[in-house]
Amino acid sequence: MQKINYQVNEKGYYGEFGGAWIPEMMFANIDELRRRYLEIIQLPEFIKELDQLFQDYVGRPSPLYYASRLSEYYGTSIFLKREDLNHTGSHKLNNTVGQILLAQRLGKTRIIAETGAGQHGVATATVCALKGMKCVVYMGALDVQRQAPNVKKMKMLGAEVVSVQSGNKTLKDATNEAMRDWIKNPEDTHYIIGSVVGPHPFPDMVARFQSVISREIKAQLLGKTGSEFPTRIIACVGGGSNAAGAFYHYLNHNQVELIGVEAGGKGVDTKDTAATLLVGSPGVLHASRTMLMQNRDGQITEPYSISAGLDYPGIGPLHSHLHKTKRAKYIATTDEEVLKAALLLTRKEGIIPALESAHALAALEKLKLNENDVNVINLSGSGNKDMETYLNAFNF
Amino acid sequence: MKNRINHLFETKKNNILSVYFTAGFPNLNDTVEIIQQLEKNGVDLIEIGMPFSDPTADGPTIQHSSEVALRNGMSLNLLFQQVKEIRKFVHIPLILMGYFNPVMQYGLEKFCATCKETGIDGVILPDLPLEEYEEHFKKFFLMNHLHNILLITPQTPDDRIRKIDDASEGFIYAVSSSSTTGEGKKVEDFNREYFERIQRMKPKNPVLIGFGISDRETFLNACNFANGAILGSAFIKAVQQKKILKVAIRDFVKSIIPPQ
Ligand SMILES: Cc1ncc(COP(=O)(O)O)c(C=O)c1O
Repeated sequence: MQKINYQVNEKGYYGEFGGAWIPEMMFANIDELRRRYLEIIQLPEFIKELDQLFQDYVGRPSPLYYASRLSEYYGTSIFLKREDLNHTGSHKLNNTVGQILLAQRLGKTRIIAETGAGQHGVATATVCALKGMKCVVYMGALDVQRQAPNVKKMKMLGAEVVSVQSGNKTLKDATNEAMRDWIKNPEDTHYIIGSVVGPHPFPDMVARFQSVISREIKAQLLGKTGSEFPTRIIACVGGGSNAAGAFYHYLNHNQVELIGVEAGGKGVDTKDTAATLLVGSPGVLHASRTMLMQNRDGQITEPYSISAGLDYPGIGPLHSHLHKTKRAKYIATTDEEVLKAALLLTRKEGIIPALESAHALAALEKLKLNENDVNVINLSGSGNKDMETYLNAFNF
Repeated sequence: MKNRINHLFETKKNNILSVYFTAGFPNLNDTVEIIQQLEKNGVDLIEIGMPFSDPTADGPTIQHSSEVALRNGMSLNLLFQQVKEIRKFVHIPLILMGYFNPVMQYGLEKFCATCKETGIDGVILPDLPLEEYEEHFKKFFLMNHLHNILLITPQTPDDRIRKIDDASEGFIYAVSSSSTTGEGKKVEDFNREYFERIQRMKPKNPVLIGFGISDRETFLNACNFANGAILGSAFIKAVQQKKILKVAIRDFVKSIIPPQ
């Protein structure tokens, strides 16, 4: 078989996807990042500080937990990569810790971020508190409402939360507003993008910071099963950062099946969905050529998902490439299936998952699982932020 | 035939007034009337905005006009239909301005050909970077005598300004300061040092200054440093406020161009 390259090339492309489709107003910032990120993140003292923070601050390595009752229920072996146990309750902190160290070395003093579920906003506000940097988080007005606890956390951490009133008032609109801020503040500000999206080098940089997930899975799985290689890895996909991190060190090992789970919303055959790869087509949004949900005229359509973190009409260019080359398989699970899966995990294992992560769990219902299979599910976050949605859904 | 943009800059060197409006705003079918009235009142150059759902380089005014235009039903197909006959009665240069994705979905090759048929002289696509343009799209622009207008900003280093100047054919669009569109500025806020840097570099192309130009004072100030300036958000606010287009446009242009 011909070997396919899954790494970004020097122009920022994964196959036909990616690039840096930036207006000239962002050129200086992106150019500086592009020229310097690899050199900085490979400095021995950078690696040392990052590893130390991963260990003592984030709480890494996160456990790889054998879910015995869930395994029994599905008649297979299921391991959960417990990113929900990280400080701040999700995988998002892996990326923000990395980027804040980078921002410091670039001499930046002000940080901006977009957020959907608020997990990335909290993770950004957290590292800004840690490093004493000014922090502004853009969040769609609808998400401010549906993720209220995270808004309060960001405020306590000292961040300014800007409620974005444009468009659908969700993640896409928050991202637009963060980009506008960066255009207006081209000198002192670093934009910590929360997923493997946006212009090159963000997708590659964020994937590298999140790749700690699969680095650990390899070592942990070897210890527990005698092999680094599971049958399959399953992760939910919004922009795609937790999935990119969970897939990263397995990309060139074709024997490992990679499964990305998109937000089906009310069903991929309805307009209320956020399953970008399943219903989208190639286009340019947020400075990246990637798969998008759009109409015939090239206007971006409004996505829908019960989970704010997956409610995005685009996807990272790496995933568009993995989809196109069929290296990874992408499926969607609906709101209803997701709620069921969340309750199932809670009752079988005593773990309340984030709505986003429950998309990956719901995929277990749709896959053919054999008794001898080893399944790794990336449990990207905790359900603490979603209690209100759960309480309403289940009428407890 | 000579490109009308080049013709304009050969015959007029100073105080060139370019106006941007969003097609489909305030009403879906205002496009032709706005163009005609702008020309009639002495505007030198018109930028027709192709609305996009996610205008990341624009401030609230153009975000709003784009949203309304899309809700009204504006699309590239419809816009080209509306201006199909425009060259029968309008003679000043016309430029299409917008984001890359709608053009990509229309098909860039077809887009350039339709521009030529219609009599469009140039295109501004802020999120089409120079490098992508040169590698993939330049041939279609050249084939159709269409100018790709490129932007520079206060952060653009000298060597990149040179590169952009070399790649430009109509004029250079100098973004006045680090901002999205429509950030109203006072003259004293303008970055004099940056404008003088551009002047000292003596670019081969004419320069128009845009973003934050909102009235006669800021227009004339920009004209001190460049061949002219571009007004967008201020014009959109003007047509929004006055019910009758004809009156709104006449009063607006009068408020910018100094009395003879
Ligand atoms: C817990 C959790 N998982 C997943 C996501 C989706 O992001 P990504 O696809 O980048 O991992 C989010 C986003 O907010 C999240 O909070």
